[in-house]
Amino acid sequence: MQKTQHFKPVQFIIEVGILVVIFTLVQYLISAGLLNQYYQINLASICINIILAVSLNLINGFTGQLSLGHAGFMAVGAYASVIMTTYMELPFIVGIIAACLAAALAGFIIGVPTLRLRGDYLAIATLGFGEIIRVVLQNIDYVNGPAGIMGISKLSTWPWLFGSVVITILVIVNLVNSSYGRAIISVREDEVAAELMGVNTTKYKVLAFVVGAMFAGLAGALYAHYFYIIKPETFNFMKSFDILVMVVLGGLGSTTGAIIAAIFITVLTAALQSFPAIRMILYAVILVTVMIYRPQGLMGNRELGRRTFGRLWGDKK
Amino acid sequence: MSVMIIEHLHKSFGGLSAVLDFNAYLEEQELIGLIGPNGAGKTTVFNLITGVYKPDEGTIRFAGQNITGLPPYEICSRGIARTFQNIRLFKDLTVLDNVRIALHKDVQYPLLSAVFRSPGFFKGEADIRKKADEFLEIFNLADKRDEIASNLPYGEQRRLEIARALATHPRLLILDEPAAGMNPQETAELMELIRSIRQQFNLTILLIEHDMSLVMGVCERIYVLDYGQIIAEGSPEEIRNNKRVIEAYLGEEVS
Repeated sequence: MQKTQHFKPVQFIIEVGILVVIFTLVQYLISAGLLNQYYQINLASICINIILAVSLNLINGFTGQLSLGHAGFMAVGAYASVIMTTYMELPFIVGIIAACLAAALAGFIIGVPTLRLRGDYLAIATLGFGEIIRVVLQNIDYVNGPAGIMGISKLSTWPWLFGSVVITILVIVNLVNSSYGRAIISVREDEVAAELMGVNTTKYKVLAFVVGAMFAGLAGALYAHYFYIIKPETFNFMKSFDILVMVVLGGLGSTTGAIIAAIFITVLTAALQSFPAIRMILYAVILVTVMIYRPQGLMGNRELGRRTFGRLWGDKK
Repeated sequence: MSVMIIEHLHKSFGGLSAVLDFNAYLEEQELIGLIGPNGAGKTTVFNLITGVYKPDEGTIRFAGQNITGLPPYEICSRGIARTFQNIRLFKDLTVLDNVRIALHKDVQYPLLSAVFRSPGFFKGEADIRKKADEFLEIFNLADKRDEIASNLPYGEQRRLEIARALATHPRLLILDEPAAGMNPQETAELMELIRSIRQQFNLTILLIEHDMSLVMGVCERIYVLDYGQIIAEGSPEEIRNNKRVIEAYLGEEVS
């Protein structure tokens, strides 16, 4: 997989440069009014979905633990942040931190008992927990039950969205490309062998679950503060499924695959907004086609990145 | 001094007693064989020692400490490593990563330093890489480090499994049929390898093997297991001439 890592200042500067250019360009387009509302909403959705897909990929793709409760963690984050900003009128950053912590805590509480289960059993258990979170929220009057919370101020501006995406990807890529990441991947490859080679598999499963949940919480906070309104119904298991589709489509265990698929699905969903029925059919057709012709997903477990581009530039790996 | 003492080990699956009152001791740096017919419970003993199964009764003491019933990763960190009867490499990962995963338990940098890519991370990764390369060098796998493990020929996969086990820094190495599927030439090389790593790493080695040339050739002491019970113990010479062992396992010499 990855080579031994050295710090490469030139590469670092180039990469930071690319990020700055993307950020400034979009920021300019927004402030100059060249990007209309429709595109802005889609841009926000793309950012939120990238965070969701990349974080779920850590759990499903790298750790190999099939989790179907990601929307539940997103809900925890959304509600935690809204309580901070709208109820307590604290700044957005407090809401974001609260969202991450609350979702991570929920991930821990759910992860410790369920991660003893494997495969299908884990999928069902996480699905159940995701639904429990939703039903609990529906029954708490403090957050208006099924009606949800309205009138959330729109605080998820482009800098917040972009920054969150970058941080999510950076943290997860750095985690995966380290000794801890290799331990996480070994759980997916062969849990028994990993355990016998000294890897505390439970610990790393919980770690991946908590980190994944934390970023789902972040996505929830950004979502709540972009779309003004949250209600428990938004975070039902169909939402978890949407995220799972992105991860599987992109390729389990490929961060770039998750990003590409998140963008693709979001754009597709937006393009077919006026035909919701067709959207679901097309979803299914695309998935079936990909599973038949490319069961490992678009990217497999490969990454599109430095090495690929390096090769294009004639750089020997 | 005995590095491992196993007393009254018992394990049954449903109504079947797989291991019955198993007693054994391993001396420091000894090379011990565990032989017996198929289904005698040899691999079950290995699984009990390494924590894959929890024994119903009995104790396993290693380096003076009771390790009975500890989880496998804990037993590994106390210094017991193993290979598997059916190769269990991380087969979709590279040769290098297989060894680096085994080195993870001694990782020198904290999680946060990986996330923030602190200088400690780069140093720690360089260390891991250096150690992994040393093991690959010993096992003659250095130029295959970037290959996917499942693409290696069979003999090299076996070697990689031993390299991976050694990377956990064991005091006791447990080999489950290391010569299975090897031709006589490869088996001879393996014997040489087993002897040399014992010297180099001061290892105690316990192995299961059906290839009698290997067992009789390298083992200093042999336990014979049949129906979950030890039926004989002794030097290769003693075992070769033991009536019960011949009856249960080795068979009569056909002249």
